[in-house]
Amino acid sequence: MYQTTYHRASSVAEAVKLLADSGDGKFVAGGQTLIPTMKQRLAAPTDLIDLRHISELKGISFSGNEVRIGAGTTHAEVASNAALAGICPAICHLAGHIGDPHVRHMGTIGGSLANNDPAADYPAAVLALGATVHTSKRSIAADDFFAGLFTTALEEDEIITAVSFTAPEKAGYAKFPNPASRYALTGVFVAKRPDGVRVAVTGAGEDGVFRAEALEQALSTSFDPSALNGISLPYDGLLSDIHASAEYRAHLIVVMAKRAVEAANA
Amino acid sequence: MGIEGIGARVTRKEDRRFVTGLGRYVDDMVLPGMKHAVFVRSPHAHAKIAGIRTDQARAMPGIIAVLTGPELKADGIGNLICGWMIHSKDGTPMRMGAWSPLAVDRVRYVGEAVAVVVAETRGQARDAAEKVEVDYEELPAVTDAVEALKPGAPQLHPEAEGNLIFDWELGDAKAVDEALASAAHVTRMRIVNNRLIPNAMEPRAALGHYDRAEDHFTLWTTSQNPHVARLVMSAFYNVAPENKLRVIAPDVGGGFGSKIYIYPEEIVCLWASKRTGVPVKWTADRTESFMCDAHGRDHVSEVALGFDADHRMVALKVDTIANLGAYMSLFSSCVPTYLYATLLSGQYVIPAIHCNVRTVYTNTAPVDAYRGAGRPEATYLIERTVETAARELGISPAKLRRRNFIREFPYQTPVILNYDTGDYEASLEAALKAADYAGFPARREEAKRRGKLRGIGMSCYIEACGLAPSQAVGSLGAGVGLWESAEVRVNMAGTIEVLTGSHSHGQGHETTFAQVVADRLGVPIEQVSIIHGDTDKVQMGMGTYGSRSGAVGLSAVVKALDKVEAKAKRIAAHLLEADESDITIENGEVKVAGTDRSLPWAQVALAAYTAHNLPTGMEPGLKESAFYDPANFTFPAGCHIAEVEVDPETGHTTVVQFVAADDFGNIINPMIVEGQVHGGVAQGIGQALLEGCRYDPASGQLITASYMDYTMPRAADLPSFAVATTNTPCPNNPLGIKGCGEAGAIGSPPAIINAITDAIGTNDLSMPATPQAVWEAIRRQGH
Ligand SMILES: Cc1cc2nc3c(=O)[nH]c(=O)nc-3n(C[C@H](O)[C@H](O)[C@H](O)COP(=O)(O)OP(=O)(O)OC[C@H]3O[C@@H](n4cnc5c(N)ncnc54)[C@H](O)[C@@H]3O)c2cc1C
Repeated sequence: MYQTTYHRASSVAEAVKLLADSGDGKFVAGGQTLIPTMKQRLAAPTDLIDLRHISELKGISFSGNEVRIGAGTTHAEVASNAALAGICPAICHLAGHIGDPHVRHMGTIGGSLANNDPAADYPAAVLALGATVHTSKRSIAADDFFAGLFTTALEEDEIITAVSFTAPEKAGYAKFPNPASRYALTGVFVAKRPDGVRVAVTGAGEDGVFRAEALEQALSTSFDPSALNGISLPYDGLLSDIHASAEYRAHLIVVMAKRAVEAANA
Repeated sequence: MGIEGIGARVTRKEDRRFVTGLGRYVDDMVLPGMKHAVFVRSPHAHAKIAGIRTDQARAMPGIIAVLTGPELKADGIGNLICGWMIHSKDGTPMRMGAWSPLAVDRVRYVGEAVAVVVAETRGQARDAAEKVEVDYEELPAVTDAVEALKPGAPQLHPEAEGNLIFDWELGDAKAVDEALASAAHVTRMRIVNNRLIPNAMEPRAALGHYDRAEDHFTLWTTSQNPHVARLVMSAFYNVAPENKLRVIAPDVGGGFGSKIYIYPEEIVCLWASKRTGVPVKWTADRTESFMCDAHGRDHVSEVALGFDADHRMVALKVDTIANLGAYMSLFSSCVPTYLYATLLSGQYVIPAIHCNVRTVYTNTAPVDAYRGAGRPEATYLIERTVETAARELGISPAKLRRRNFIREFPYQTPVILNYDTGDYEASLEAALKAADYAGFPARREEAKRRGKLRGIGMSCYIEACGLAPSQAVGSLGAGVGLWESAEVRVNMAGTIEVLTGSHSHGQGHETTFAQVVADRLGVPIEQVSIIHGDTDKVQMGMGTYGSRSGAVGLSAVVKALDKVEAKAKRIAAHLLEADESDITIENGEVKVAGTDRSLPWAQVALAAYTAHNLPTGMEPGLKESAFYDPANFTFPAGCHIAEVEVDPETGHTTVVQFVAADDFGNIINPMIVEGQVHGGVAQGIGQALLEGCRYDPASGQLITASYMDYTMPRAADLPSFAVATTNTPCPNNPLGIKGCGEAGAIGSPPAIINAITDAIGTNDLSMPATPQAVWEAIRRQGH
């Protein structure tokens, strides 16, 4: 790790100011992505502005069917929140299968979304749920938030403060883990909402998370795994690496979508 | 057996310190004035070095020295060597390319050490290492051994034209060809044994200390065999003569073979310590472990196995290409030859066997022995071929094996080895029973109803271990003898120290060796300490690998114990005024049999040292040493059965049952043996399902250079293992033990693949059987 200077912010406004005052600073939340990257000397921020002690970023709140998850909420907190499990168990299931217990007790939803790893789990949920990403500057619809591999609509000094969504009628997440990293080799989140079905795919796209329209259409007709029988997706735009070819991923998307629907209907 | 003696499930003495974080590893060592080394490594798989500029690096804060290959050469440090001579079939010696500990004018794999930076802190050394400027002129690279043999392939070493190191054969080619030509059935396969990266929990480390006052070096290193390290460093690398070099291998966190060899880093730490006048420590980070530890396996073979009309094997023909990487590591040449081709008879009567092996240089990390070393490659090849043959012949795999089992011992194979004893039917029976083989069809049906493809597969393996009779290995090209040495030192008040040349890096010697002493002399194991891993303490040693510590190391201990016991009895007979032949040792007492006359063990020990009243002419003291050279290899064997369920939609395999029925001869501590089997099977399942080292064929970059891409087995990937043992004692060593360290890794991979191919109905599948590979194999059949 290169030398860096640590700062602890106690409010969003202070964090923004600390970043502005730094040379080439970066926010750090759970550190589960940023710190390993720094240890490998692939990132070299001059300053680290710690968001973990900002109380306004914490906690999960409800207003009827409206859910708001603070950006600083850890994966373990999402996984174990009983009220959330009552209205959207799929997101709890998703969070409970990220990494290992250490990672889940440190990593945050805000960090995961800001990082937008093409194999991360949360982006699939946020996109399929049609969630809104709230930041220190504005509110961004999920459809406008994800902008390619490790790229989002966020500006350098913009902090995600929360994610909100309306609980879906039904939702399910099925993940086929990469055998080595256990990130998603292909993960599919399906959400049935009054205005239709949304299907988001992570782990498979060359540009990161994406919506699978063909599957959405089929499932809007009948929200049943059998609705996806016989569908085969084109390979172009899909990732190909030592763990899975584009062809295999195209196949897995359909299989995982069926399993996600099955989970949603269970 | 006493509660702590041979056969007892004694909890491991060493585990208290390991599980409480009190183990002492090389990286825990701190010497006054110690500095830290970081290596500058090649980012290219193949390149010329046009120049190295170190002035910027030298100007960085905290820098003690920046050293390069030419300086190392100027100081007379020698090249790394392979210590086992193999001759090609045309009689020419193997063609060894020069391997300098720091590259001089060319690099041949990604990660090769080019320079070393020594600094006050590791961070400063890393910062400065980035400022060392190396002018590389990139050359085309080749990482695949088959490709490297082709005309026009990039050439690695001027000494080895066509990248061929040797073209070696074993067996009677003519007899094999004739038998195959007239065989009723021939099964042919192309078998690939996937390349593996060892991944010991503790990365390699070295701490070199040069003492100017004594002109003496000390090296703390992660070694499985410190005396061999000292020998090689003094005889070939000109670091220092043996009497001026002490090598200490303290607690070592796993080796699996990868810590047998001498690597550039430890030589450089010693040399740099003399150059700088300060102790120099290096500890690998995980990326360096992936790139630079010796890899394992990496064979491609063509196989033909012929049968007569009665399904008896008539001949086996094998043609293997083995990738040895960019340089020949210490024992690399013997792994794909004498540790491999000699095992191709498996558990079967095969009248004629011929094996041809070509070893090849490629732009990859050196390849050497990895848990099993050659024997997993042989077993995988023969056991997959036999299983495939059974399917082609339409008979049950157990029946085909039974028909061909060796049943009379000793048995001389056509490939050098002479099996001393065994009962292959017994382990097959035990495994079939433990696996409820007969109930499998019902389980398959039940799985089918759940949409899963269930399969069952077996593997009947044999290995040669307890390496090895020195005369035999000498005649086959080994540069060393493979005896072991021991000293049993009874202290004045009766506690005992055993100094052994074996080295424990996870095996539990501190417990099993103490159990043997306790069994013999009737003292509690708490009063027995096992001392190993230090050339200044332990007289001599050949170290631990090839499942040799029990069969060879403990045999030396037993020989020394024989002498101690004899002397103790003479002293006791003298003191008790009895006949020596009436003296027995039991429960800490030295007794006259059939009487109530006895002396406590401690009193006999004390008498040996007070020397006030010893038999006339007897030397004082109670301390004896011995060397043991085995008469033959030992031949552990067994049967592994795997049962799997494949998800046809994703290709994912779940191992639902794994049975290992092993014949290890007599067992000292069943708990430790089961642990060895569990670990070995986990590694074997890792090879079969998960692990595969991959280089990018165009650039030669290591793609699987971290756990993000290299799949290690996790607990969730493994079932609970059912372990059973059968026992035919080894006739060739005093304890009748055979060795158990490698069996799990040797027997399990073919059992797993045979089970998957049974489930999906095709023999066309290679390791690792990742979900994608299995899914593709299913699709190739058009399901
Ligand atoms: C062993 C391991 C396994 C893992 N497995 C998985 C897995 O299976 N699935 C998965 O999805 N992920 C996995 N992860 C990643 C994990 O979920 C991370 O926690 C997550 O990606 C990043 O969250 P963080 O809070 O740790 O962010 P950090 O690492 O602290 O930060 C990541 C990036 O986000 C920025 N950032 C953080 N918070 C904010 C914010 N509020 N606003 C704006 N920018 C912000 C930082 O500046 C940085 O650029 C794994 C990680 C590890 C180490």
